[in-house]
Parts: sequence; C-alpha cells; structure tokens
Amino acid sequence: MSTAPMSTARTTTARTGTAAGQAARTTGSRWTASGMLLPFGAFYVVFLLGPLVYTAVAGFFNGSLVKGGLGDWVGLKNYAEAFGAPEFWSSLGNTLWFTVLTTVPLIVLALALALMTDRFSRGKWFFRLAFFAPFMLPSSVISLLFMWIYADEIGLAQATVKLLGGQAPPSWLGDPNWAMISIAAATVWWTVGFNFVIYLAALQEIPREVHEAAAMDGAGPWQRLRLVVVPMLGRATTLVAVLQLVASLKVFDQIYMMTNGGPEDSTRPSLLYVYQTGFTDSRTGYASTVSLLLFVIILLISLVWFALIRRTEKEA
Amino acid sequence: MRMQGRRRFLGAAGGLAAAGALSGCSSAVGQAFTGSAGPPSLLNFWHPFTGGDGAQLVAMQDKYRKRRPGTDLKSTTMVWGAPYYTKLTLATLGGRPPQVAITHMSRLPTLAASGLLRDISRSELAEHGMQASRFNKAAFRRAHLDGKLYALPLDTHPFVLFFRKKIAEKAGLLDGDGELKDLDGPDKFLDAMRAAKEVTGVWGGSVASIKDPGTNWRIFWTLYRQLGADLVADGGRKVVMDVGAAEEALAYIRRMTAEKLVPTGIDYTSSLTLLTSGKAGFLMDGEWQLPAVRDAVKEDFGMRTFPRIFRDGPYACAADSHAFILPAAPSEKAQRTERSLAFTRAMLDSSLDWAKGGHIPAWEPTARSDAYGDLRPQADYASAADGAAYDPAAWYAGADSILYRRCAGAIASVQAGRARPAAAADAIHGAVRELAKMEAPV
Repeated sequence: MSTAPMSTARTTTARTGTAAGQAARTTGSRWTASGMLLPFGAFYVVFLLGPLVYTAVAGFFNGSLVKGGLGDWVGLKNYAEAFGAPEFWSSLGNTLWFTVLTTVPLIVLALALALMTDRFSRGKWFFRLAFFAPFMLPSSVISLLFMWIYADEIGLAQATVKLLGGQAPPSWLGDPNWAMISIAAATVWWTVGFNFVIYLAALQEIPREVHEAAAMDGAGPWQRLRLVVVPMLGRATTLVAVLQLVASLKVFDQIYMMTNGGPEDSTRPSLLYVYQTGFTDSRTGYASTVSLLLFVIILLISLVWFALIRRTEKEA
Repeated sequence: MRMQGRRRFLGAAGGLAAAGALSGCSSAVGQAFTGSAGPPSLLNFWHPFTGGDGAQLVAMQDKYRKRRPGTDLKSTTMVWGAPYYTKLTLATLGGRPPQVAITHMSRLPTLAASGLLRDISRSELAEHGMQASRFNKAAFRRAHLDGKLYALPLDTHPFVLFFRKKIAEKAGLLDGDGELKDLDGPDKFLDAMRAAKEVTGVWGGSVASIKDPGTNWRIFWTLYRQLGADLVADGGRKVVMDVGAAEEALAYIRRMTAEKLVPTGIDYTSSLTLLTSGKAGFLMDGEWQLPAVRDAVKEDFGMRTFPRIFRDGPYACAADSHAFILPAAPSEKAQRTERSLAFTRAMLDSSLDWAKGGHIPAWEPTARSDAYGDLRPQADYASAADGAAYDPAAWYAGADSILYRRCAGAIASVQAGRARPAAAADAIHGAVRELAKMEAPV
C-alpha cells in the first residue's frame, strides 16, 4: 500500500536535492509519507478490511445475535442454504430490477434536463437549483413525502389518476406489481439532480467552436446532439453510469422506510434480506454469508459494467 | 496579542472538553465506555412506547419519581419493532443492559432461551407483594420458560372490534340498552356488517390487508385459534399445523372481501380512516387504536371483543402483552434487582393510567377495581384478556417477526382474491415447516 508514494518521494528528492542533504531528506520524507498515510491506513484496516475479513470468517459459523461470539463451525452449510433459498434469489432479482428501473432513467433524464437547462442563457441558476434541490433532502424525508403521495384513497398519486379519468388506480405501494416501480420513480425524482449537475458541468466544457464548426459543416440540431455533444460527454456518462449502478445495487434506505420489503417481499432488495436475517431473525452467521456473496456479486457486476462502458466509449 | 488570545481560548476549550470527558465517566456515555455499574441510585429503563402510550407512561413515571425521589430514573424511549430488540440484545450481550426493560410477551421465548434475562424467584415476588395470584392468569403463564419466571406482565393487548354507535343504531344492531347485539357465529357477523353497509353505503367493516403483516397475521390467528388448532410445538421445532383449519379460517377471511363487506387493498391508516369517516361501521384492529378513534369521533363509537366466529375451541383472539424484564447484568451491583422490582411494582400500581390508552391491565388489583369497571369502552372488552391467543413460542415468531412476514403474503393474497384459501393454507404450511427446519439462533 505505502511503497508506491514513498518511492515517488525518494526519486523527487534525488532529482532536486544536493548530494549532501540527500540522505537526511530521504529519511525525513520517508517518515513523512508513511506518517501521513498512517491515520487513513489504520482507519482502513480497522473499519474496512477488518470487518470484511470478519464477515468472511463468520460466514462459516452459525453465529447468533442473541448469543455473541462466532458460534459453531458449520463449514459451507450457510452457502448451501443461501444458494438454495428462494428468498436469496428473489431479493437479488428485486435489487437488479430496481437497478434497471433507476439506472436507465437516471442517465437519460439527467442528460435531457441538462441539455434543456444548458440552452437557457438567463435564469439558468433557477433550473440548476430546482433540479438539484431534491438530492439534498435526506432519505427519510423523501420516504415520508412519497408515502403520502402514494397513500391509498387519500394520496395525491391516486387522486391524479382519478382526475385523468382512470377508474381504479392501483395501490402504488401495496400492489406487488407496482410497488417497486413506485419506489423507483420516487428515487429517480430524488437523485436525478446529482447526475444532472455532472452533465451540466460537462456540457459547459464543450467549446462553442465545436458547435459552430459542426453547424457550418451543415449538421442539423439533432445531428449535432447525436454526433457531437453526446460523444463528447462520454467521460461524464461513464462516471454517472458506474456511480449509479453501484448506488442502485446498494439500495436500502427508502425501501426500508416505504415498504420494508413488502408487499409479499416484492420490493425486498438483497441488503434488506441481509438486514432481516441478521437483525430480525438474529442469524448473524448466515447474514454474513449472504452479505459476502452480495459483495462479490456487486463487485463482479460493477467490473463487467465498467468494462462494457469503457469499450463503448473507446469505440465512440 | 491576538495569537495569544486564541491560544488561551483553545487551551480553555480543550480543558473544558477534557473535564467533560472525565466527569462523563459517571454519565450514561461514560458507562458505555467503561462498563461500570454506575451509582446505585441509577435505574435505566428502556421501552418502545411512543404516541398515546408514551404520554401515559410519562405520567406514570412522574408519579414514581415523586414517590421515590431517591431513585434516579433514566427512561429511554426507542422506536418499536425489530430494531428495539436488536438494541436490547446487543446491550445485554455487551454487559451494559438497562436494569429494567419492556418486552412483548411474544418475544420472551427467544430472549429467555438465550440466557439474556435474569429470572425472578417466588420469594422476590412475595417481598414486593407481586404474588402470582395478583396477575392475569394467561399473561402470567406465558411469562415462564422451563418453569422459571422471566417477565412481569403489564397488560394484555388483544385484537378487538370497534364500531360506530350511530351506524349500528341505524342498522338495527343495538338492543334496547344501546348495547351491540350478539354477533357470534360466521353468518351473524357478516350479516351485521351487511346491515352496516346498507347504512354507510360504502363498506360494512374495515381491516388493514396490505403493508401491515401484523394485522394480516392477527385476523388469521384469531380465527385459526378459534378453530382449536395450533401451529408449532417443542419451541418451534415441531410443526403441528392443522392445514384444514387454516383453510377454513382463510375461507372466512375471503368471504368478508368476496361479499364486498370489507374492502381489499387498504393499509393500516386507511383502515382506521374508513371507520372514523363513517365509510365503514366496524373496524377489526388492536385496542391500542382507542385514543386515535376517540380523537376523531369523540363518543360515537364502541368496542367489544372480536366475535366468536367458530366454536371448535375455547374463545380466542390474537393478543400480546407488554411485560417488564430484568436483562441479565454482569454483576448484582449493576443488576439492582431490589430497585428494579420496586419500580415494576410502582408501575403496576399505576395500571389504571395505563388502561386509559386501551390496554387491559394484567395487574388484577386494577383489573378488578371499580375504577376500571367504570372505564368505558375499556371494560367492555376486558374479558378478551382471558382468551388471549399469544403467538407461537418459537424463535421465528412474535411481534414483527419472520413468521408474520412469511404468512402475511399468503393471507393478503387470499383477501385480495389472488389465491385460493387451500393454496394459501399450503403456502403457510410450507413456510412454517421451512422455518422449523432452519438453524435456530437460540
């Protein structure tokens, strides 16, 4: 971990320092570099690597929340149970479904909003603030807000459908077919501002001359957008897509508060499954196994996704 | 000068912080770090009571503080649900439990079997005048595990029936004294709801069927237990479910929605709103909704025990109890049994305050008092405590448990007409068998 920065420091001093001062400075900067890294290194080991290793180990035991300690060695039994449990697969499916429902609109919508906002020469600050504002709200506020909007009989969403002539609007959070879509819609409204700001910043970095040159070459507005602007936003898209994917795979807060995984477990994501097995059912050993599996799955999906995006970016 | 001033300020601030940290050793935060027992006068009490219950509890605690100024009572309110039990468990495992805490009786088997609780002996009970005979029998029996007493019940909170007086009157459901007529039996209850529907023009009765696994479970468990059937035995390891009875109970639940007497797809809050807004004449819910209903409709409502639909077993209604427990402390000095039991006794003596929120006192001196007998509508359903059907004694059962979650889906799909009762009964059977096979955490 700490060798790379140290050797850089040494070569720098070697190039700039005099022969006499070299020895003293090298020792000094060696300690400076590792000293600077130490606080974070310790933090990293204690709070990230340590728990990760402990989780991996605990996954081979039948630990219990009500007993403390690791419990008894059970070998691969927890893994066998996880792979054989329909709940494990259904919660993973829910997580992926949520990811699909949120990632695509969060990229497309953010881009569309940014393109429109970018066209305003005056009052741009208003739109920037308006679209970004929801992102600043905490998850509990969002959850409460949308629980009222989606409420049965008295909620705004059902009233709107009735106003538009719909006869029997679904119970947005109570119908297994609609609950996840409703939560995804709330999430898109909540977090689109972040991606929007990234896109807006990237748009402002595209030089005016490029637009002018394309226009002079006879490219129409649609062609300019498709062939000039979108490709030039490639790096922003990569960033947004990867961040969004990881955020969606880790979804927990708003689902925990809005439906607690219901109805009929149709909105229970993997993280909530881990939480329920660990903290409601007190089976910490099994919960460790599931969370480790989830960690590996998120890592793999993110790597594949990253590779895919990078390749399309290079082709474009 | 300016630099010096700043330094002096920083020094003073640092000194203050250090002093705060040192004096903090005797505070709750300090204890959490050092694990010390704290001063003997300190009594930590954890409970999950908010809203109406919370307000009543504050009144009871104030009385206690006035009577026992020598005790420094630190009462901590936590959000109800599974996280409350997680905190209680971890604090006890970590050797820093509160001296007294509230638990749901349905959660007691797991806590007691894990060795997290200190048991209470007969002689200790007698010393504080809390003999077995002074508690409600059903609740007190449920407070035991393997012959040892682990909890002192405060109340029983059953699943009951609310009704609007004016709707019932117009529907011809009241007798000469203004009391609700007999509703027992499968058809009588549905007929009563049908009559109420004629009056309201919308629904007869109301019960939450979505987004609330607890209510799904309570209506099912009430009817299932009235059929004389049980679910599990041997601490949850053996399944003794009567699938036929479950199908019968579910078929009855379906009749309510299929005959359009009760709406489908309404959540907990809406089920209450239907009653209070006069769109339903009856509400099937826990008695704890009493303050909310009273706030909304003043005196135009009544309550009674959930009707006796089936006669195959003794009268039963889904119920639970709040109870005082003594989490096991690392030393007798930290346990402070004497003070804890005296506190429990004082709270039980204030049971009448507690009953105002709707709960039936488990403390017999209060339950049998004239003052409670005059409390309306509380006294009208007090007999429900004797028919209390507690959740099965298993690690996966109890308030906000995995059993609720697993069964709620099947029950809700019957209510909505998505699944046939027989299929749902099989689904519940399968879920319970799977849970029984699972490696128990206790």
